[in-house]
Amino acid sequence: MRPSMSTPLAAATLAGLLTLTACGGSGSGGDPDGPVSLRVAVWTANDAHLALFDEIADAYIAEHPRVEKITFDPLPFDGYTTALTTQIAGGNAPDLAWIFESSAPDFVSSGALVPLDEVLTETEGYAFDDLLPATTELWSEDGRLFAYPFSTSPFAVFANLDLLAEAGVPTPAEMRGAGEWTWEEVISAASTVAGETGASGMVIRDFDYTGWDYLATLWTGWDARAWDESSVCGFDRPEMVEAMGFLHEAVFEHGALPGPGTSADFFAGEAAYTVTQISRASLLEEAGFAWDLLPLPAGPAGEYAVIGQAGLGVLRVGDHPDIAADFLAHFTAPENSAELAQYFPPPRASQLTAETLASSNPLLTEEQLRETVVAGTVSGVVKPSHLGQEQIAQTVRAQLDALWRPDADVPAVLGDVCGAVQPLLDR
Amino acid sequence: MSSPRGGHRFWTGRRREVLAGYLFVAPQLIGSLVFVLLPLGLVFWYSLHEWNVLAGTFEFTGLDNYDALLNDPALPGVLAATGVFSVGLVVFNLSLALWLALMLNRRLAGTTFFRTVFFSPVVVSLVAWTIVWRFLLQENGGVNGLLDLVGMTGPNWLRGEGTAMLSVIVVQVFKNVGLNMVLFLAALQGVPRELYEAATVDGAGRWRRFRSITVPMISPTILLTSIITVVGSLQVFAQIDVLTSGGPGTSTTVLVYYLYQQAFQFHHFGYGATLSVLLFAIVFVLTFVQWQLRKKWVFHEQ
Repeated sequence: MRPSMSTPLAAATLAGLLTLTACGGSGSGGDPDGPVSLRVAVWTANDAHLALFDEIADAYIAEHPRVEKITFDPLPFDGYTTALTTQIAGGNAPDLAWIFESSAPDFVSSGALVPLDEVLTETEGYAFDDLLPATTELWSEDGRLFAYPFSTSPFAVFANLDLLAEAGVPTPAEMRGAGEWTWEEVISAASTVAGETGASGMVIRDFDYTGWDYLATLWTGWDARAWDESSVCGFDRPEMVEAMGFLHEAVFEHGALPGPGTSADFFAGEAAYTVTQISRASLLEEAGFAWDLLPLPAGPAGEYAVIGQAGLGVLRVGDHPDIAADFLAHFTAPENSAELAQYFPPPRASQLTAETLASSNPLLTEEQLRETVVAGTVSGVVKPSHLGQEQIAQTVRAQLDALWRPDADVPAVLGDVCGAVQPLLDR
Repeated sequence: MSSPRGGHRFWTGRRREVLAGYLFVAPQLIGSLVFVLLPLGLVFWYSLHEWNVLAGTFEFTGLDNYDALLNDPALPGVLAATGVFSVGLVVFNLSLALWLALMLNRRLAGTTFFRTVFFSPVVVSLVAWTIVWRFLLQENGGVNGLLDLVGMTGPNWLRGEGTAMLSVIVVQVFKNVGLNMVLFLAALQGVPRELYEAATVDGAGRWRRFRSITVPMISPTILLTSIITVVGSLQVFAQIDVLTSGGPGTSTTVLVYYLYQQAFQFHHFGYGATLSVLLFAIVFVLTFVQWQLRKKWVFHEQ
């Protein structure tokens, strides 16, 4: 290898990073009556989910001869939005895409998505008014709906009953019955489990000391918020300082949560409790332990619920946005929505009952569903999101890194978070 | 009377030769044009624009991105992290590679085995290699487990401000040190034995022989490996993404990772392009400086 080649080679690699994706063609948009194929970007790679999607899509293709193919294209959950925007930048955008609740403001207000109200209201038998306002709020702007709240999944606590019994800790149901289903008590129980069994106590799933927005499942119990409606940073408020102080103590003094840089998977039996979305229940099919599902424990501010959402939107840059929107109307029509409900809690008031959910959710009881899904979806707070979410998320993450060490000064760090993030919130 | 016929013939020997020559270089030339020069030009072009992928807007903004670059409060930290990483990597990588090459250049049993062992990480997939190291470097991971055996408590490698950068450097050095080691080995084996014999006769010790014979004789290879390693160190991305995601804080956010964040995560493609122009300039200047300095210290260039 000649050394003189290194410079252009280096440049090529870097230049390629930005441009290879941007040189792609614009696709086959030419023929107005030609055959159409649609691609839907999703982040589930679960076979059962994809089989159900294909089944619904096949029925649509049978009725619409012009549509010859509908592909559901799973992109990895980690870095999903980055992969999606890279595809858009590269001229290889999918026709429809799932969108994380955290990216909702970015997608909704950028004009990247096609408004859906007309096509949905005009579709026969769609019952547009059945959609709960609590579920569509995040996906609407100026009274128009830009994405369908495809999955509205509340966060709940799964408990490993075997580990709790081993540590001699009361079951969640007993704690709940005694009015002790509070963060204070749960953390104390988690700490006991960690001490007695060597397993981990509580795992806030996907947090891992980087995905801080998952902590909304805790701090909402203190009435704390990352920021308010007028984009004022809430990290330095007393409620947040108290909630984060509680978490810091739970991690570094009580050992109730695995520390930074330590991994523990509840679904592999490595932790007593985990906070995650109900949709993860499918991971328990082969669990080798007894478990229970409960709503989030109460915080000092009382009981509360937090929901995560996935929206389904039609991208404006696709070749056939009108056909894609028509397919979306079919995909989410009442009868298909009822089918999808076994994996994805629906936004329809008529279907969001414990009875209908229980009939398609063999793993969960009616009571578990009523207390977590039904109640949570109607009253839940959606995880924090804002315009420019990714940059805000990275900035907060970088500042919060200072909090995840034993000697951290909690109020000072949280003050720094606001100092760094407020300019981004003001944009 | 053959001259009129010869004058009309198009495919003269010379022209054939020229055509053959162009055909031979065509694959390389077309490749460079399409995959090197064109993208490079486009990056400059994009850097003059505000490109919002989601909104689908692409507006000419002149030098606004360059203005933003000069006023970016995060940039000094990013450049400092890049500098620490590059210097650490180059020094550690080259000295370890040279040391390994010297050790393995002896005629001892097992050297072939160890050469293979040290070279094998070079052919392992980068991401797979890095993910394994992430597990090893966790607080309850293999590295601390080993330290525990000898009664030491290891730090939380990927979470500590200083240890995170150190970890990224070491993981990267172990990945690529084999390549430089092989290059050094080849160079060492090209050093004529007579020189050492003559020096020994003259009474030169080991250190003297190393300094006055080995280093000058392999200096062209030292130049080559240092350029490759410096350029490679400026392009580090996957290791950072997998091991630290630029944290803790922003202590391991190097230039390419920052570029990735700006372009692909924050959707500032225009500014991302501007950062890659900056990176290009840095690589260009560094390579140019090294190339110029060779006259001062590379043996055959004097």
